[in-house]
Amino acid sequence: MDGTALLTITVLAVFVGFEVVSKVSSTLHTPLMSGANAIHGIILVGAIIVAGQAADSWVLAVALVAVVLATANLVGGFVVTDRMLHMFHAKKDTAKARAVEPKGGGK
Amino acid sequence: MSLLDPVWTSLLYLAAAVCFILALRGLSSPRTARRGNLVGALGALIAVVTVFLSARLDNIPWILAAIAVGSAVAAPVARRVKMTQMPQLVALFNGVGGGAAALVALLELAHSDNPWVRVAIVFTLLVGAVSFAGSGLTFAKLQELMTTRPVVFPGLPVVMSAVLLAAVAAGVAVVVTGSLPLAVLLLALGLAAGVLLVLPVGGADVPIVISLLNAFTGLAVAASGLVLGNVLLVVAGTLVGASGTILTRAMAAAMGRSVAGILFGAFRGGSTAGSTAVSDRPVRSSSAEDVAVLLGYAQRVIIVPGYGLAVAQGQHTAAELALALEARGIEVDFAIHPVAGRMPGHMNVLLAEANVPYESLKEMGEINPEFKTTDVALVVGANDVVNPAAKTSSGSPIYGMPILEVAEARQVVFLKRSMRPGFAGIENDLLYQPQTSLLFGDAKDSLAQVLGAVKAL
Repeated sequence: MDGTALLTITVLAVFVGFEVVSKVSSTLHTPLMSGANAIHGIILVGAIIVAGQAADSWVLAVALVAVVLATANLVGGFVVTDRMLHMFHAKKDTAKARAVEPKGGGK
Repeated sequence: MSLLDPVWTSLLYLAAAVCFILALRGLSSPRTARRGNLVGALGALIAVVTVFLSARLDNIPWILAAIAVGSAVAAPVARRVKMTQMPQLVALFNGVGGGAAALVALLELAHSDNPWVRVAIVFTLLVGAVSFAGSGLTFAKLQELMTTRPVVFPGLPVVMSAVLLAAVAAGVAVVVTGSLPLAVLLLALGLAAGVLLVLPVGGADVPIVISLLNAFTGLAVAASGLVLGNVLLVVAGTLVGASGTILTRAMAAAMGRSVAGILFGAFRGGSTAGSTAVSDRPVRSSSAEDVAVLLGYAQRVIIVPGYGLAVAQGQHTAAELALALEARGIEVDFAIHPVAGRMPGHMNVLLAEANVPYESLKEMGEINPEFKTTDVALVVGANDVVNPAAKTSSGSPIYGMPILEVAEARQVVFLKRSMRPGFAGIENDLLYQPQTSLLFGDAKDSLAQVLGAVKAL
């Protein structure tokens, strides 16, 4: 892909990024940060490409470290965000039943 | 040889990019947040499967093994970590992402003849390394492996400038020569810069720095996408960079400071001079029974939870106390400061865990006018977010931060472990006011005692 096309895509992505989160409430700052964190774990795709093209053993070793780190970012990020959001969700369901079972639900 | 036609590859990457946009949009509204996160994970899955089907890859067993190792380490940690330790885990995941981006860039240097590609490599190396080291240090601060106070030494601005100048020089040299040893040097300078950037940031501001480093990692990933000519990395990284920037600014605004002030405030000196001494002024300490009487015969009670509640795992007991008071016909709300806990919005997550209903969680702007008509404000393990010094004392490190106006309530009860100052390291004058009483002890134990005494009324 040529340079101007990449530049176009980059600039458009900046605007989408700004627009998408411009009105977020402080209640969701933490899950949003954590979710965005998970998304940049997609560097895993880059790490896989580099590891897959490695000819030297030291290049492969460094690339595999990158794969491990990127996977940790990607998998861990999505799992942690889901756990956080699960709590918001669980509460909604149990809000009515709460008087009967104050410590239940949530898990 | 590839199994997938290049057109299909591009379309699948496009689908993944759309998933990420939908994920971010979903995450900005409570109703759609969880679905949004799952859509994001789906996008990541599509992208990873696509790369295996489309690129010519060797070493596939090794790569699969590395993915298995990464998942096997991260997933259980992510699943088991206590909700109170969430912020440092997010910092850690951010750091490893930045580290991965820097390593990918380092390895691509050998294949790059184009000077513009080398510029992108240099950018990724530097920003990725800053993010890796900076996040590591924020992890250490939040985990309290080191002091949470700003760490400043006399030559810090000079050292920082020297490191940055050296990094720029090394970066230019790498672009010109493509030398691998110089790139490794650049990586080391980036790590040093990350440490120096985060050292002077004080405890309460650390969450904002995590968000900033998160945006940095996004930019590093976008730049590595330019290096590899991979549109998905460009789009995903840019999205995170842009949304992370907005989020950082929103968080800083919630605390009434500028991002530059947070990063470089300590350099100016003076602003970090939080008092560490414990004052010997008299305070009114109280028993659980006294507190129970105050609460049990009030009409309106506002509970102000802070990190002390979280570390003591007292959120369930606090929720039970609220129920017991409501059963007596008392109106009870929770006042949530935007940065209560260790991260903006963190307290909402913790109270949600204890099944406190949405309607009882009031944000700062909504609840502040109500303190005037409140009989008792019960402050549980919070200090900085109710400290009137933020409004009155211009020399204070938290000056300008919007606070919960607990001082307006008729009675204020602090549940505190000790007279030690809070996370920001400054004293709270409110503790010495005549309408204030203190109940010392672990937040959970104190709450349980108060709960028992309320039930016995």
